[in-house]
Amino acid sequence: MNDTNQMNDIIKPGNIVYKRTDLMTDDILHYCPGCGHSTVHRIIAEIIDEEGIQSETIGISPVGCSVYLYNYIDIDCQEAAHGRAPALATAIKRLMPDKYVFTYQGDGDLAAIGTAETIHACNRGENILIVFINNGIYGMTGGQMAPTTIPGMKSSTSPYGRDVEMMGNLIKMTDIVATLPGTYFVTRQSVHSAVNVRRTKKAIRKAFHYQKLKKGTCFVEVVSNCPSNWKMTPVESNKWMEENMFPYYPLGDLKDPEKQQEK
Amino acid sequence: MTQEKELRLMKGNEAVAEAAIRAGADGYFGYPITPQSEILEYLMAAKPYETTGMVVLQAESEVAAINMVYGGAGCGKKVMTTSSSPGISLKQEGISYIAGAELPCLIVNVVRGGPGLGTIQPAQSDYFQAVKGGGHGDYHLIVLAPASVQEMADFVGLGFDLAFKYRNPVMILSDGAIGQMMEKVWLGPYKERSKDVPDWATTGKTPDRERNIITSLHLDSFSEERFNQKLIKKYEEIKSKEVRFEEFNCEDADYVLVAYGTSARVCQKSVQMARAEGLKVGLLRPVTLFPFPSKRISELSTRAKMILSVEMSSGQMVEDVLLAVNGKIPVYHYGRMGGIVTAPDEVVDFLKSKIGG
Amino acid sequence: MAKIKGNIVVDIERCKGCELCMAECPTGTIAMSKEVNHKGYSYAYAARPDLCIGCANCAIVCPDGVITVYKIKI
Repeated sequence: MNDTNQMNDIIKPGNIVYKRTDLMTDDILHYCPGCGHSTVHRIIAEIIDEEGIQSETIGISPVGCSVYLYNYIDIDCQEAAHGRAPALATAIKRLMPDKYVFTYQGDGDLAAIGTAETIHACNRGENILIVFINNGIYGMTGGQMAPTTIPGMKSSTSPYGRDVEMMGNLIKMTDIVATLPGTYFVTRQSVHSAVNVRRTKKAIRKAFHYQKLKKGTCFVEVVSNCPSNWKMTPVESNKWMEENMFPYYPLGDLKDPEKQQEK
Repeated sequence: MTQEKELRLMKGNEAVAEAAIRAGADGYFGYPITPQSEILEYLMAAKPYETTGMVVLQAESEVAAINMVYGGAGCGKKVMTTSSSPGISLKQEGISYIAGAELPCLIVNVVRGGPGLGTIQPAQSDYFQAVKGGGHGDYHLIVLAPASVQEMADFVGLGFDLAFKYRNPVMILSDGAIGQMMEKVWLGPYKERSKDVPDWATTGKTPDRERNIITSLHLDSFSEERFNQKLIKKYEEIKSKEVRFEEFNCEDADYVLVAYGTSARVCQKSVQMARAEGLKVGLLRPVTLFPFPSKRISELSTRAKMILSVEMSSGQMVEDVLLAVNGKIPVYHYGRMGGIVTAPDEVVDFLKSKIGG
Repeated sequence: MAKIKGNIVVDIERCKGCELCMAECPTGTIAMSKEVNHKGYSYAYAARPDLCIGCANCAIVCPDGVITVYKIKI
């Protein structure tokens, strides 16, 4: 009884070490249980809240699972046609250079239909942040093969596994944009554990900071899961991701000039 | 920069570019394609980003350019793009999204012959695409049809005004002849770029308002239908208020030519030639193609004997003329294709052949 | 010697029962309920709050942000 009282005593506003940011709206996220999209939304909202830049930030949602980003983060948003978010961001940033502009795109959006917009925005060095969620599959349309689907991986349009000879190779957009002179900070992260969430949050915060300094395009890939379309539990999907996705998509910074200077 | 009106000899394409700077445009996003590349070239040479602050950017594709327009328009800025037929086809996805998100913007199509890669010579074969929507879904653009270099310049300012008045994309449907030809043009004084921010624009959510969202997504069917009905209401208002046309010698005309843009210039001469031969011919020139001057054409068809629609196409506008006339009198189409500009005497000969028949 | 005590409060109706928090908890504080919420999900709860150290790992990994974490030093 005493213990219970003591436990309840802890639950007081003054003792809060973590609570959901008010910059997330009250809408219940439509994502499947355990989906990394929700986590990345929350991280972005937390950073905007903590940095106090709500009135200076414009987000761009893609076509795909995260089309409804604008329902969840309490900021001004535009919804782009499939793959075109970097084009929108380019104009928004150039017309309002003092605002923070970020796109949020999945792998189908960014690495297939929007390849040209992505590469050219990065190559021009637009002062924007591109957040790239890579779960190796088209989630919204029901689990079709994506350009990032790893060899042998099953999807509804590669039901026997991705046959590279017939279906082509996976594409590593993050590695490609890291080679472009317009990008300043390029990193690959994940959100499947608390330590990785903290790293991703640090990376995205850094990208906002670099945008303020007008350093060029910042590109943050988050290798993520899709429990529903991978047909696994969320915990299993994260394990599968570590074992199967990370060898193709190793985590870490691909380009960070300030870090290189420190060395 | 002069505050006075200024007379210059310019190409139609150059007039569009100069008029955009003077209209206080915030941004231009384009991609080279013949016969309209002078617009981007002129803007890059004029460097308005150093004077008015207007953003000018050569995009990686027409697709990117129209989506840059979407982004800029979503911030409440006066933004535009220009292209020619094949490029306008590429932009259709973006135009549909812009119409669906109810964003104001200006699109100029300096039409060339098609289909496909077609020819770089002038044509009027993008009429359907321009006035019937063009991309997917139920929507319309406001379509202005210039017949001179002067109107190429004038319609830039008018186009932006209409776009913002109705939160609707506006298209200037020109052609390679008007884009490339040189005429004298009176240019208006330089207008300051607007500092007004529309209340729907995404400029960063401040505590005094709800967040602004630019989207064309309505997953709920009832919501989509409500939105469609809202658009219909807007188009009806546009039809009732914004019809523009010109008439030449229509007062006593037995035979009325209907033609826009380059064809209308040709038909003015045809009217003179036919009148010299004693035929009572008039010309109605639609200045707006959407909204179309259907009511006026219907009125004219109650006392004229015949209407001839003249277009540089296989016959597209003639369908709207037929709808307006609604069977009251015979309606014919005449026009050259392939980039050939119809000659005035061809029109008269064709008319006479139909009168005789 | 100062000891750290923590506790969590789960917004039951927002929880989707993905179990990532349970997998992430270093002390075994969290379990999944036998009952379900209005959406039919089994939800996370502090089955052994006495073990909680208030590290917030559960809340940080929670996609839906349903966990509030409290911590005191005693």
